Amino acid sequence: MRRWLADHWVMTVGLMVLLYLFLPIAVVAGLSFNRPSNRLSYDFNAFTTDNWTNLCGPADLCDAVGRSAWIGLLSTLFATILGTLMAFALARHRFRGRSLTNLLIFLPMATPELVMGTSLLALFTAGGLQLGFVTILIAHVMFCVSFVVVTVKARLAGMDARLEEAAMDLYATPFQTFRRITLPLVLPGIVAAALLAFSLSFDDFIITNFNSGNTVTFPMYVWGANQRGIPPQVNVIGTAMFAIALLLVLATNVRRRRGARVA
Amino acid sequence: MTTPETGDLRITNVTKRFGEFTAVDDLSLTVPQGAFFALLGASGCGKTTTLRMVAGLEEPTTGEIRLGDRDITRLRPYQRPVNTVFQSYALFPHLDVFENVAFGLRRRKLRQVKEQVDKMLELVQLGGFGKRKPAELSGGQQQRVALARALINHPQVLLLDEPLGALDLKLRRQMQIELKRIQTEVGITFVHVTHDQEEAMTMADTVAVMNAGKIEQLGRPAEIYEYPATAFVANFLGQSNLLAGEAAGRSGDVVQVAAYEQRFAVPAVRSRTDRGPVFLGVRPEKLALVPAGAAVPAGHQFVAGVVTDSSYVGVSTQYLVRTGWGTELAVFAPNGGDATQLAVGSQVTAHWNPHHAFLLERAPGEGDQTTPLLDSPDTVGVGS
Repeated sequence: MRRWLADHWVMTVGLMVLLYLFLPIAVVAGLSFNRPSNRLSYDFNAFTTDNWTNLCGPADLCDAVGRSAWIGLLSTLFATILGTLMAFALARHRFRGRSLTNLLIFLPMATPELVMGTSLLALFTAGGLQLGFVTILIAHVMFCVSFVVVTVKARLAGMDARLEEAAMDLYATPFQTFRRITLPLVLPGIVAAALLAFSLSFDDFIITNFNSGNTVTFPMYVWGANQRGIPPQVNVIGTAMFAIALLLVLATNVRRRRGARVA
Repeated sequence: MTTPETGDLRITNVTKRFGEFTAVDDLSLTVPQGAFFALLGASGCGKTTTLRMVAGLEEPTTGEIRLGDRDITRLRPYQRPVNTVFQSYALFPHLDVFENVAFGLRRRKLRQVKEQVDKMLELVQLGGFGKRKPAELSGGQQQRVALARALINHPQVLLLDEPLGALDLKLRRQMQIELKRIQTEVGITFVHVTHDQEEAMTMADTVAVMNAGKIEQLGRPAEIYEYPATAFVANFLGQSNLLAGEAAGRSGDVVQVAAYEQRFAVPAVRSRTDRGPVFLGVRPEKLALVPAGAAVPAGHQFVAGVVTDSSYVGVSTQYLVRTGWGTELAVFAPNGGDATQLAVGSQVTAHWNPHHAFLLERAPGEGDQTTPLLDSPDTVGVGS
């Protein structure tokens, strides 16, 4: 036994860490199939698929999810475009204030969300903006951009600049070089950045809470529902999100592996 | 001789500065159409910058580059009939071998892409590798893809930037022969940048030795080796024993040289100068050793010394001989079979035929340059 432990302790510790990571998710998935005994209880009472079939049962739940999805998609779109352009500028060009920009990019990531939320609120109120969908969107784009810049820049830094020179040498105009060489090689970085931006936006609570006015996003719905008992359908949304993310990762892995085999 | 109307590459008074640093300094150079031309120099000498200016990847600060009668100085890289084989190849990692090679044809919307690519892959002996990704090829194969990708466009000039630098020695020798064969077959002008003097000499019909942004000497490999123009060339291309002396002018068809209280004579046709401070140069393989006191062949000149080191390397024995004034001469004695090995410590006389010596200008104050280059140029970092 001692011998076995000595040989396998790295694996044992690894498995325990994995268990630690996945137990909460397993609980959420389990609760999504649970019929609670009363509104405030979280005990495993009885198995049911009602939560999955009657997803939009609780008032406003599906509206909140839809709103969060919209905000997520739009802020991902804007943040990815802005952030990718910034990353190209920072990685490819030497200009005045470049190193300062590089530093400032990290600030939104380092600032506590609470501080960012309150200062944005002060800004919006001072500017006379009606709090709601638009202010949430502005806030989300703002804090997502930094993550996009950092992710895309890393990908660009790993790319050999001579590939672009080689393309130009082989009669590709600057646009063709971008379209045929640069973009395909940087695309995985851009996709990763977009996925990151979406998940950051979709589950943001603190900044959103300050700047939402009467608009209710999914995290705020869950927060509000917590006062009177979270409907089990929330667990369904959580489980579904997890499943979608898992499928995406699996799909990219399969595609990469197949690509390698074909080539 | 070719006329300017053909596809000669003419670089005229080109200077390239990066800020304060002058990478290429008032360079003028003509590469005849169809030549295999090597730009040879240590890293940082400006050879790669010169190549990049011909490719259009850098713009000259001043000067002009013409291809035939066409001024290409300010043309963008994709507007020039010039292609490059990059150092470490720069193959497109997301495209397979076929698409890498077809890239130039597709950009110019040419027809019969498949036939041409297949033919080109055949030429570089990579038929059947079209579907592979660059990462799945060996270094030598990647090198051949890079070559095919450039050659398929039938450029007027093919630029090769240290194309063999990443290959191991054996493969490099093989590819040198291969490149030479392909160049003869396609008849395109090759401009080859390298820091490897052996590579330059084996492959090129004309070699330009560059140093500090300038061309030190240009000519056929044998010309440069046998009669170098400067001390830099004499030491960069092979090894040389350079003795510091003073030339005392011509007498008849020889130049008289005094060095270390001895008198030497060098044929005037092998002298770059006939007065003032000079280097008297002799290549190590042109020196022969006899035991002290033994007869030296008639007409040979000589220096006495002591053997301080002897390395038997098979085809020859390499000796170091310490002269009376303290510097060491390198001597390569071929192992003809009947050659006797000289022991370390032997008193010897090193002698040479004056027709094998050469006389170079020397900056006043410079001493002998006779220590063999222990580091071959191969070990110098690549790129410049």
